[in-house]
Amino acid sequence: MPVLARVIEAVGISTVTVTMMPDLAERVGVPRIIGLEFPFGHTLGHAGDREEQTKVIRDALRVLRDARQPNAVEHLPYEWPDFERWKREWHPSEPAPIIAFLIEQRRRARAAE
Amino acid sequence: MAIDSYKWLPGSFANYYRGLPLQKAEPLPWTPLVKPLEECCFSLVTTAGLYVKDKQPPFDLDGERQNPFWGDPTYRTIPRDVKQGEIGVAHFHINTADLEADVNIVLPVHRFLELEAAGEIGSLAPSHYSVMGYQAYPPNTDEWENHYGPEMAARMKEEGVDAVLLTPV
Repeated sequence: MPVLARVIEAVGISTVTVTMMPDLAERVGVPRIIGLEFPFGHTLGHAGDREEQTKVIRDALRVLRDARQPNAVEHLPYEWPDFERWKREWHPSEPAPIIAFLIEQRRRARAAE
Repeated sequence: MAIDSYKWLPGSFANYYRGLPLQKAEPLPWTPLVKPLEECCFSLVTTAGLYVKDKQPPFDLDGERQNPFWGDPTYRTIPRDVKQGEIGVAHFHINTADLEADVNIVLPVHRFLELEAAGEIGSLAPSHYSVMGYQAYPPNTDEWENHYGPEMAARMKEEGVDAVLLTPV
């Protein structure tokens, strides 16, 4: 995604990126970054919560308007309730193929020790 | 206040990302916003793996299953008048149930139509874009950078887009 932000910015379009991993975005370089602690797959808020989604979007619009130099970062303080539940719940019901592969590889490496 | 970028990841993955040797792209492109938000035309981009059911093919998850080290680099164009029931999701790496119920958590077309109606933004462009965020292991975004990204950007220019909101998932 950082590369798409840069490609779009480079043709003369202003971009703002909202992400739960602002540290990565900042390290690889993204023009404008909004960071928030929402779980993966829920970048702008809870499903059905129009107010929460609009609040985050308005923050993004403000940063788009006010940022003055590249790699501008702002972290939002909004909290996501029920951490223990969501730490499990953002995951897909079965691991992605690469994750399953890496888990199996690690299991075999441990078994061989 | 600094948030924890690795809060939701299991420990081994958090350590992997924290330790990744990353090179910052320099110089970063920079386009200042020269118009008031109330006059800007917006387009939206997400990595959620969205497509329009019955009109577009899903992202190639069979290909990813056959080769877990590969991810489909293509994109889908989502129209501004898309209805929730038309949204399909093809993404192995997240729980997609909530975005199948409300696309606005990753591609906020309906929220932006409200902002347009309220006059808070100028307009929402005809076209919005979804990619599928898993791009190979180790990550390789060359196709996005050299092919699909420039194609999307050119279409945005044709539609008079001034600003873009990107929402990785």
